[in-house]
Amino acid sequence: MTLLKTTNLTRIFGGLAAVSDVSIDIQEQDLVGLIGPNGAGKTTLFNLLTGVYEPSAGTIEFQIKDEMKSIGGMPPYAITKLGIARTFQNIRLFKNLTVLDNVKIAMNQNIKYHTLSAILRLPSYYREEQRVEEMAWKLLDVVHLADKGKELAKNLPYGEQRRLEIARALATEPKLLFLDEPAAGMNPQETKDLTILIRQIQKQFHLTIILIEHDMSLVMSLCEKIYVLDYGKCIAYGSPEEIRNNPRVIEAYLGEDAGC
Amino acid sequence: MKRSVWNRWNACWLGLIIVCYGLLSILISTGIMNNIYVTVLMGIGINIILAVSLNLIIGITGQFSLGHAGFMCIGAYASGVMMKQFSSSITGVLLGMLIGMLISAVVALLVAGPTLRLKGDYLAIATLGFGEIIRIVVLNLDITNGAAGLILQKVVNWPIIYLFVVLSLVIVVNFGISAKGRACLAIREDEVAAEAMGINTTKYKIEAFVIGAIIASVAGSLYAGSFYVIKPDMFTFTKSIDILVIVVFGGMGSVTGSVIAATAIGFINIFLQQFAEIRMIAYGLALVCIMIFRPGGLLSTKEFTFTGLWKWMKKRRVKA
Repeated sequence: MTLLKTTNLTRIFGGLAAVSDVSIDIQEQDLVGLIGPNGAGKTTLFNLLTGVYEPSAGTIEFQIKDEMKSIGGMPPYAITKLGIARTFQNIRLFKNLTVLDNVKIAMNQNIKYHTLSAILRLPSYYREEQRVEEMAWKLLDVVHLADKGKELAKNLPYGEQRRLEIARALATEPKLLFLDEPAAGMNPQETKDLTILIRQIQKQFHLTIILIEHDMSLVMSLCEKIYVLDYGKCIAYGSPEEIRNNPRVIEAYLGEDAGC
Repeated sequence: MKRSVWNRWNACWLGLIIVCYGLLSILISTGIMNNIYVTVLMGIGINIILAVSLNLIIGITGQFSLGHAGFMCIGAYASGVMMKQFSSSITGVLLGMLIGMLISAVVALLVAGPTLRLKGDYLAIATLGFGEIIRIVVLNLDITNGAAGLILQKVVNWPIIYLFVVLSLVIVVNFGISAKGRACLAIREDEVAAEAMGINTTKYKIEAFVIGAIIASVAGSLYAGSFYVIKPDMFTFTKSIDILVIVVFGGMGSVTGSVIAATAIGFINIFLQQFAEIRMIAYGLALVCIMIFRPGGLLSTKEFTFTGLWKWMKKRRVKA
């Protein structure tokens, strides 16, 4: 069943169409890759889908309780509540807070106690805080960061910061997860571990995942379907095998005539 | 382990509150602390309330507000007017306090909506302007007696201030460590990421701003009941700066820091009273030194906790 669908989605900055007429259709439990040369509009598309930008034209529909509903133009926090989470290309952790708090913050939308019960420290406060803490530790365990829970996020090495971003996104209890260049700056071994981690979380949390990535080994081995963007337009869609042999994709990456 | 409000750390805090109270009452009843010191103490208490409430807005939520004196002004005049019109006893102060809290909450809500969309310097200037608006409104009303201000009786004594200091500390600290407090910290750290994690940033900013405003208004009411006279020119933006100095001095984001800084600055002020001419110079110099040697303030974002103290003692024992 379709989970996310865009129709002729367009975003214009001044005179530049960063994303133009993009129509994609994401099925439940898909693992979709989004590739394209630098400046193709991949991150802009993510920002449109997660509410950071409003679409200039076109629609975004998301499946909510077996019905497709328009979510274009909703603020990011409301979209996150519906079950769409993301990580950032340039890591955006809460640097001066602990690893554990980073994850806890992402669970805020599901915490059920009032400000007053926090100030008076009523039993509901302690109950919820304990539940949140246990769940946060579990999520940290999934991304192998359980022993780093009390450290400040800024003190983690780069690869672990990337994993913490994934844990934080998972904490919002998403159905659909956007990963923006999760393997950027990682060495081959770390990329390999990340591939395993992404597969594992997809199974464990029944996620649909869309990822932007430049590391083709990761994309080709992980994704079942791939969309290719170039100059804001979607130029190809298919399985990794089809994309590898698609002349338009080769042209976009290597220039004309290079495919011969 | 089942956790509840009746744990040993909270018992420690309760103990500390009682011990401090006991110590102060012994010092005062035996005359070691004379009336001058009691007045200084009350001033420090009010400054603590103001500083922790501003710390909630600036240190925890990261929104730079310079209009705090405005909310204090609302509280002071609400109590002042009630004392004049209704009853000059403590009832008047408390009734005025309630009215002041209500007015402050409404005003803060109205102001927060448009101004909290601004960031950094722009927010500071907007809140500064708003603080001045309140002062000028008070200056031009009849009921507030304009520029001459109100002459009041002293009806608030130090235990009342002590009680409100404890209350405001409890509110700010408990808010700070709750889920909402974490949301506010997230806003301070990275607004875009906070929003992407499902946090309605506007809502939490407004909530922190309104709570801060209400507590500042309480401090204003206590001020009106403690110091005989209130005038509009006590609540200019220099007052806001004074409070800001305490927050920065103690460390933005540290409630413990605000308490220590308010106390320290209070005592530094008495000491410097003997050298009236160089007072402001020494004061400024102290601030410059703090900023050079501890740019994050005395405690930066650290807090004093009994759990932390316990761990630290254990570590020392292991070392020995």
